[in-house]
Amino acid sequence: MTDKDKTEKKDGKERIPRQPMPEQDPKTRVGNFDEVPLGYTPETAILEAKRCIQCKKPGCVTGCPVDVDIPGFLQRVAEGDFLGAARKIKETNCLPAVCGRVCPQEDQCEKLCILGRKWDPVAIGRLERFVADYERQAGAVEVPETPAPTGKRIAVVGAGPAGLTIAGDLVKMGHEVTIFEALHKAGGVLIYGIPEFRLPKSIVDAEVEYLRRLGVKIVTDAAIGRLKTVDDLFAEGFHAVFLGVGAGAPVFMNIPGENFSGIYSANEYLTRSNLMKAYSFPEYDTPIARGRNVAVIGGGNVAMDSVRTALRLGAENAYIIYRRTKAEMPARAEEIHHAEEEGVQFKFLTNPIEYVGDEKGWVKRMVCQRMELGEPDESGRRRPVVIKGSEFTIDIDTVVVSVGTMANPVIPMTTPGLETNRWGYIVTKDETGETTRKGVWAGGDIVTGSATVILAMGAGRKAARAIHDYVMAM
Amino acid sequence: MHRITEKVVLSENIVKTVFEAPEIARKRRAGQFVILMIDEKGERIPLTIVDSDPVKGTLTIIYQVVGKTTDQLAQLGPGDVIGHVLGPLGHPTDVDGIGTAVCVGGGVGIGVLYPIARALKEKGTRVISIIGARTKKMLILEEESRGVSDELHVTTDDGSYGYHGFVSDVLRDLIASGTKIDRVFAIGPVPMMRVVSNVTRPHGIRTLVSLNPIMVDGTGMCGACRVTVGGKTKFTCVDGPEFDGHEVDFGLLTSRLQMYAEQEQLARDRCRCGNHDR
Ligand SMILES: Cc1cc2nc3c(=O)[nH]c(=O)nc-3n(C[C@H](O)[C@H](O)[C@H](O)COP(=O)(O)OP(=O)(O)OC[C@H]3O[C@@H](n4cnc5c(N)ncnc54)[C@H](O)[C@@H]3O)c2cc1C
Ligand SMILES: Cc1cc2nc3c(=O)[nH]c(=O)nc-3n(C[C@H](O)[C@H](O)[C@H](O)COP(=O)(O)OP(=O)(O)OC[C@H]3O[C@@H](n4cnc5c(N)ncnc54)[C@H](O)[C@@H]3O)c2cc1C
Ligand code: SF4
Ligand code: FES
Repeated sequence: MTDKDKTEKKDGKERIPRQPMPEQDPKTRVGNFDEVPLGYTPETAILEAKRCIQCKKPGCVTGCPVDVDIPGFLQRVAEGDFLGAARKIKETNCLPAVCGRVCPQEDQCEKLCILGRKWDPVAIGRLERFVADYERQAGAVEVPETPAPTGKRIAVVGAGPAGLTIAGDLVKMGHEVTIFEALHKAGGVLIYGIPEFRLPKSIVDAEVEYLRRLGVKIVTDAAIGRLKTVDDLFAEGFHAVFLGVGAGAPVFMNIPGENFSGIYSANEYLTRSNLMKAYSFPEYDTPIARGRNVAVIGGGNVAMDSVRTALRLGAENAYIIYRRTKAEMPARAEEIHHAEEEGVQFKFLTNPIEYVGDEKGWVKRMVCQRMELGEPDESGRRRPVVIKGSEFTIDIDTVVVSVGTMANPVIPMTTPGLETNRWGYIVTKDETGETTRKGVWAGGDIVTGSATVILAMGAGRKAARAIHDYVMAM
Repeated sequence: MHRITEKVVLSENIVKTVFEAPEIARKRRAGQFVILMIDEKGERIPLTIVDSDPVKGTLTIIYQVVGKTTDQLAQLGPGDVIGHVLGPLGHPTDVDGIGTAVCVGGGVGIGVLYPIARALKEKGTRVISIIGARTKKMLILEEESRGVSDELHVTTDDGSYGYHGFVSDVLRDLIASGTKIDRVFAIGPVPMMRVVSNVTRPHGIRTLVSLNPIMVDGTGMCGACRVTVGGKTKFTCVDGPEFDGHEVDFGLLTSRLQMYAEQEQLARDRCRCGNHDR
């Protein structure tokens, strides 16, 4: 998103321009893992919120997957009532500090903001982030009274955005909620995948802590399907189960040499860096390869996060290797822009076909092919086609394969009656996420395949209502 | 939090630790492992569950002190805690319907092998165990192994105890003497598992090895633990840890285990230098 710093003018009337977001300077920030955008001040927030013309039929709201009352919260910001604004957002979105940072607003609310037709849309995401941070920093996050206990027990498997959302909703309805999380920390992709420089972990921790204060029980180190099955959960007296286990299994390309040392899945690379804090090795015990010449294969958000992590770990050359062109990249525009500013080198229309290792089995070179764009495929994007005889090599010492993820089969394998589709994702009967197994709901990436934080949250929210109705009718 | 209830030094650098993990203790089966993380700055490392007591709710692990984390673990005693324990992970060993099995264990691998030998014995399998160490004072679990074996052979590389030579030599002799063997389980250092697999290959004896690649999550999420078996990539934590020894690419496993050699050395030096207190 470009910020037009100059004053916008219409009919000779002065308009307030979209307020730019102050950011860490690119040269400085590649040397640290601190957050890149620094946030609005109260003054800029008010100025920006005043740009909203309070539409009668707000386009922005129709673009929001969880129907946040956007003009409602913007009005409160414009009036300087930041806590009121935060409460307004939280009526439908329980993780605004997260969403304000990672939602693709340019494809959602801001895309449909009326101002965007002639000028720049209102910076809804930045304001969402501002009010959530304001509320947290003011220590004003309130824990609502929970209603009388219903005596119903619900197990939530997976502590990603889907699981955290449904747990919050159900506990507020008076149910007893326990989250089972396989890793040692709650948060899902928010904690292990998305880097600190884009989403500080203290924010995720604060959200998880808030749920604990609401009364949600969180059991970490509990891999369902291994420690206990879904059947065991029912046997233990849970009345309903929600599966929000994400699409966490990495996809490799199955090309020769892909198992050489120095070649990571994006999941491993980011988990080492974010969850295990390998960037602080040896203060933290987990190591990570600090490559000089790092190639990241792929063009999505995960690839951008990986390549920017590589730079911060000291890479001299950090490449994005993508088989289509910039126009087809699925990553958020803002992230591509950040990566460019930081010096990432993009190699478009390029696809690796083989890795070459040294005598110690460490990757030292990749063989690539050049591509050109052909006819559009099912996704509507033009299909990359190999240019024959175009092979060339790039010297590299670290590779991060970021070409997607798939469903982890452990839960479906150990849960009789739970149907999956041909990609291994859980089949749901309706939009509440009810599965083919009685009493079991599912939502988030494990149903849709890799999607977004807000869609996972939306799925958790819808399932919460359905589970509430189900257990109350028991 | 998992409280340690017992710690025994079994040999020069091999330690046994017993700690509380009641749910895992009830559920685990032979061949499975846990991933543990001592504290919030720690690394997640995989260790085999050697034994469990479902009544007391404890697990037993036996490990060789090879680096930072195992060193730190070995410093902990009764009353200390291990922050995080995830498990039971991996497929349990298939111990059904095996007439005669030879269980070959080297070094700390004897500890990993012991629960498998015991499970086989409980299923009525005739168990021949061959256990070996570099030298006598590094040998572990001799009595325990004898207790679950119909026949026990002990070797040391330096001849300080038992047969002077390698476990694979004894296996070769057993095969040459016409002993009928239905399955071999080989667990120990990578070179040992490779040699054992080479010994049994010409005889077509199904040989299972338990692989020990570097892991992170242990749930199939990262792919750190990938190995090549029969030309295909497998994730040890979910597809293993046991694989057909005749199909495993041991060279790849060896090189991948070296991936962090430099950093591991740094972590060890730092740990012993007393610069940081834990
Ligand atoms: C690097 C990266 C960057 C991204 N960037 C963005 C972005 O900028 N904006 C955006 O909107 N989206 C982004 N996404 C996508 C977004 O993070 C996901 O769509 C979202 O997190 C899905 O939420 P979820 O709750 O379904 O699953 P996850 O967040 O994947 O959480 C699932 C949780 O379940 C746990 N689990 C799995 N199996 C078990 C089991 N058997 N027992 C117990 N627990 C289990 C996992 O450990 C995990 O904690 C990104 C994803 C990645 C990987
Ligand atoms: C399924 C499985 C079961 C295992 N069971 C046992 C056991 O019962 N007893 C035992 O002594 N050892 C076992 N191991 C090996 C044990 O995990 C490693 O020795 C341990 O992680 C070393 O950690 P460190 O910090 O002390 O040493 P480091 O200095 O980190 O490493 C020393 C060596 O250990 C290996 N290693 C390092 N990190 C890991 C890691 N995260 N995962 C696996 N290996 C690593 C590397 O080859 C390295 O060269 C098992 C491994 C696997 C995969
Ligand atoms: S569409 Fe834009 S101007 Fe209209 S209410 Fe929403 S944010 Fe305000
Ligand atoms: S340890 Fe991560 S996939 Fe096996």
